[in-house]
Amino acid sequence: MERPLTQHIKPGSVAFNLKDYNQAGGYGSLQKALKNMTPGDVTNLVKASNLLGRGGAGFPTGVKWSLVPMDGENSQPKYLVCNADEMEPGTFKDRYLLEGNPHQLIEGMIISAYAIQAEKAYIFLRWAYKKAEAGLRTAIEEAYKAGYLGKNILGSGFNLDLYVHSSAGRYICGEETALLNSLEGKRAMPRTKPPFPAISGLFGRPTVVNNVETLSWISHIVENGADWFKGLSLTATGGTKLFGVSGKVKNPGTWELPLGISMRELLEEHAGGMAPGHKFRGALPGGASTDFLIEDHLDVKMDFSTVAAAGSRLGTGTMIVLDDKTCPVAFVHNVEKFFALESCGWCTPCREGLPWVEKMLASIEAGTGKMEYLDLLNFNAKYMGPGNTFCAHAPGAAEPLQSGLKYFYDDFVKHIIDKKCPWRQEW
Amino acid sequence: MLTEEEKTEIQKEIKQYPYPAVACIDALKIIQHHRGWVSDESVRDIAQILSISNEEVDSVATFYSRIYRKPVGRNVILVCDSVSCMILGYESVYEYISKKLGICFGGTTSEGRFTLLPISCLGDCDNAPAMMINYDHFNRLTIEKIDEILERYK
Repeated sequence: MERPLTQHIKPGSVAFNLKDYNQAGGYGSLQKALKNMTPGDVTNLVKASNLLGRGGAGFPTGVKWSLVPMDGENSQPKYLVCNADEMEPGTFKDRYLLEGNPHQLIEGMIISAYAIQAEKAYIFLRWAYKKAEAGLRTAIEEAYKAGYLGKNILGSGFNLDLYVHSSAGRYICGEETALLNSLEGKRAMPRTKPPFPAISGLFGRPTVVNNVETLSWISHIVENGADWFKGLSLTATGGTKLFGVSGKVKNPGTWELPLGISMRELLEEHAGGMAPGHKFRGALPGGASTDFLIEDHLDVKMDFSTVAAAGSRLGTGTMIVLDDKTCPVAFVHNVEKFFALESCGWCTPCREGLPWVEKMLASIEAGTGKMEYLDLLNFNAKYMGPGNTFCAHAPGAAEPLQSGLKYFYDDFVKHIIDKKCPWRQEW
Repeated sequence: MLTEEEKTEIQKEIKQYPYPAVACIDALKIIQHHRGWVSDESVRDIAQILSISNEEVDSVATFYSRIYRKPVGRNVILVCDSVSCMILGYESVYEYISKKLGICFGGTTSEGRFTLLPISCLGDCDNAPAMMINYDHFNRLTIEKIDEILERYK
């Protein structure tokens, strides 16, 4: 089984340096793209591969790029931004790529910037990823010295400067337009769309924002082609994906696997099954902002469309498992508290709805909840849903809430009737 | 008043951008790096150097969770309280630290050695529970490990 993204990453060891990366064929795709391909060729290749964005939303990368204006006197300057603000609870895949193989990301970014003809690129990095930051800064320095960054890259006439911006916290920075405001030194409030960043992004200029895992694919697709990429998966959507499992499983971790492996295989073969003495009750399949799936769904194939058909989202592909020794109300409360704290406060359903939800869940968990809270929680989940809010933050928060109420309704009711949490006495 | 060193560092950031206000977050981080936190006086100093209003600087400073507008201890302990760490029992780690230092989340020890704060997911979910002290990561925490870890920070 091919594992293009992680083949050179050895957990616990130091990042691949330029010499090792070059020896493994690194920057060969950059040479190929700059010498043998036009920017339009690169975009068309990525479009043909149907690489879907790996940050959570799954938007086709090549389509995003093709929206950027290429000609005309007002087409410069343009920007490429790498979203490395990984902060979704339960998600730890981009850190693995950033720490393990920074040159893979940098090469992908140079080729991507060439495709959209951007001469400045930023990596918007989560402040807490200090090891990744150090590795990236060293790798960028190496790339400048080798002539892969800067002026007239490899004699092609193409110029690119690459900067690392370390953030100052807040989950909302991961929303691409909030991220752009943050890069401009402002509060990270999401922007009205349209205009989309491809037309008016950073400093009002055409901008593409892509996730770390997405950009890490580009050199491999240039090297091996669109058909190779499509053949890596078990389903219609191409490629492998970084999957992760956390919670009470024997062997929590992250693995690069073909899109379309089943939840059961991920859980049992890779995560080693449940930890001794624990039973599976459900999981958020793609981070905190995705709907619960339960035992009935274990044979669901982990790809974008199949997980959506089962009523959830593939999201970031990193699963958080709920076991029978963990209170589902406490689980949902923890997640909603996170979303309430991280709301930017701009629109009403998010700013007012989330703290209300959080208080009701805290009350139910503490044994002081009332039955009418259950209807109010569903009411809030509905009005925080898609179409009622400014960005995807509150709709994401609604997903574990609505599905938690649906699948663990009896547990919520038991808390209210017994006036206590059935799990707390065991602590 | 900003020191010459702080001014130089902020000016260096300003040069990277199309206009000075873009360096606001960088300037706040520079001040915090030197002084531990951002005072009202520093907000005014940053506003002046970036040619924007005090209120604009403060609106940015108070938005970001890693900019401190109140004094903190010499070392800041950030305990991850997100869901994977909850499942793996961060609460017992927090309670142990809280009892040992005599402070809750948001508190600073009387001699100013530690401030204790919660933090959202640190991306260490497969090695939960996790925490940071200043810029150092610690994971697979158990209460047995805490004493030795805290001893490293004076």
